[in-house]
Amino acid sequence: MRFERAHHHTWRKIKSGLVSTIAFVSALLVIAPLGLVFFHLLVNGAGSVNWDFFTKLPAPVGAAGGGMVNAIVGTLELLALAGAIGIPVGVLGGIYLAEYGSARINSILRFLADVLNGIPSITWGVVVYGLVVLRFKGFSAYAGGLALSLIMIPLILRTTEEVVLLVPNGYREAALALGVSRWKTIVHIVMKTASKGIITGILLALARVGGETAPLLFTAFGNRFWNHSLSQPIAALPLQIFTYAISPYDDWHRQAWAGALVLVTGVFCVNVIVRVLTRGRAASVV
Amino acid sequence: MDNLTMTTPERTVMEDVDQPAEPPPADESAPACTFRVKNLSIWYGEKRAIDNVTLDIVSNAVSAIIGPSGCGKSTFIRALNRMHELVPKTRVEGTVLLHGEDLYSNDVDPAIVRRRVGMVFQKSNPFPTMSIGENVIVGLRLNGVRDRKFLNERLEKSLRMAALWDEVKDDLHKPGTSLSGGQQQRLCIARALAVEPEVLLMDEPCSALDPIATAKIEELIYELKAKYTIVTVTHNMQQAGRISDYTAFFYLGRLIEFGPTTKIFTNPSERQTEDYITGRFG
Repeated sequence: MRFERAHHHTWRKIKSGLVSTIAFVSALLVIAPLGLVFFHLLVNGAGSVNWDFFTKLPAPVGAAGGGMVNAIVGTLELLALAGAIGIPVGVLGGIYLAEYGSARINSILRFLADVLNGIPSITWGVVVYGLVVLRFKGFSAYAGGLALSLIMIPLILRTTEEVVLLVPNGYREAALALGVSRWKTIVHIVMKTASKGIITGILLALARVGGETAPLLFTAFGNRFWNHSLSQPIAALPLQIFTYAISPYDDWHRQAWAGALVLVTGVFCVNVIVRVLTRGRAASVV
Repeated sequence: MDNLTMTTPERTVMEDVDQPAEPPPADESAPACTFRVKNLSIWYGEKRAIDNVTLDIVSNAVSAIIGPSGCGKSTFIRALNRMHELVPKTRVEGTVLLHGEDLYSNDVDPAIVRRRVGMVFQKSNPFPTMSIGENVIVGLRLNGVRDRKFLNERLEKSLRMAALWDEVKDDLHKPGTSLSGGQQQRLCIARALAVEPEVLLMDEPCSALDPIATAKIEELIYELKAKYTIVTVTHNMQQAGRISDYTAFFYLGRLIEFGPTTKIFTNPSERQTEDYITGRFG
């Protein structure tokens, strides 16, 4: 009897060790791609990230040097356009879901937002191509920004809703009991209390669409030169990387690696900012 | 008035409409009333939370609402500044007159009602994004007051009335949530007083506080009744006895008994009141 018990004990220990080993290996497998990506980008791209890369236009085929300044600026312009549409619509929509509306309509809207979040990004490119590019007979920065904003809206909407719902009801009641109107309560009390969370949602959405290529293929289209009008095609970092990566030229491949390194670093920086912003999360309310 | 009627009849009609109804002539011996609640019933959806309650709340006195959990105490006190309307699907019957004006008539804005009838909640809730000073004047600021000097005066006055000024005068820029529980509750009282209401409603203001902080709030309530009409909900029978001038006993949404606190506690007319006060149920 005693022997058997000891036996069970060992067997249990082995099982426990086995499972935790599997869990540990799985965790490594999750992190490994990130490490591999960074490693590869550094090895292949770091050599080409230099001052020229950030200040010069792409060089013609065969000519050495050149940079991607137009693509970097283009991505920032596209993000600004996408944000100008996506942030107000997403935030206001999230506030509507959290503060107004009936439970039934809200659950439908919430479900639709989740469906939208799951739609492949290239679909948005096609939709905007049909709606905007064909109608106005041309690729443009506006079309690219719109496609990106459509991806941002459901993301921002859901995060805004969640953080606004986290604001304790006591604060709303306290403000309303002072004779403050409903909308002022929402703007000055609820949104202010949830501001960190809302900003976090916006930044994550910007980081997410900043790296999108597919929705820009038939909207922003890309541009080897400076974009002088938002109604003209515009360069974007992911598009430039795509074009360069599938080209047959070694020079361009190196540039593509460098572009990818810059893009990933940018997204990484945004994530770090978000971490810093949300550090006091447990202490503050949202 | 008669002159006006002769010369400009249309205008007088307009004025009559705008004027609040005159309160009924007060009986000389009866104390002045802030609220006159008549046949008040409140439903949450199908559930009737308040059942045909009629009572008068005396001015510059403390009225305590007591009763077991779920008896409608909180609903009743919230009906006095229309806060219960935040729950969807509420329905009200009967009238609540504040100095003769019906709170529930169609042209009354609930925000204006709440400016005149302030409220302090069970759980202290200073705004976490604001400093102590900002918390006190937020009601005025969000209602459009910009004058810095006026705001500063009101800030000090409100904190003094809430017996908090001496403790926080050097820390006005610190977050409101950095204060202790009792101080936070007095900060919430100061915040409510800053908009200069006529009435202060308190929904179990001490139930989350330790005995010392509770004593301070009770002392404060006693001082405040010189200027304000106070209605407080309490679970604590001794507290109701200590601080209130009038006591209303609610049970299952009905007002069982209402009268001077000394009478309710020493010689209640209803059996249920006596049973509750002596701790036989609830």
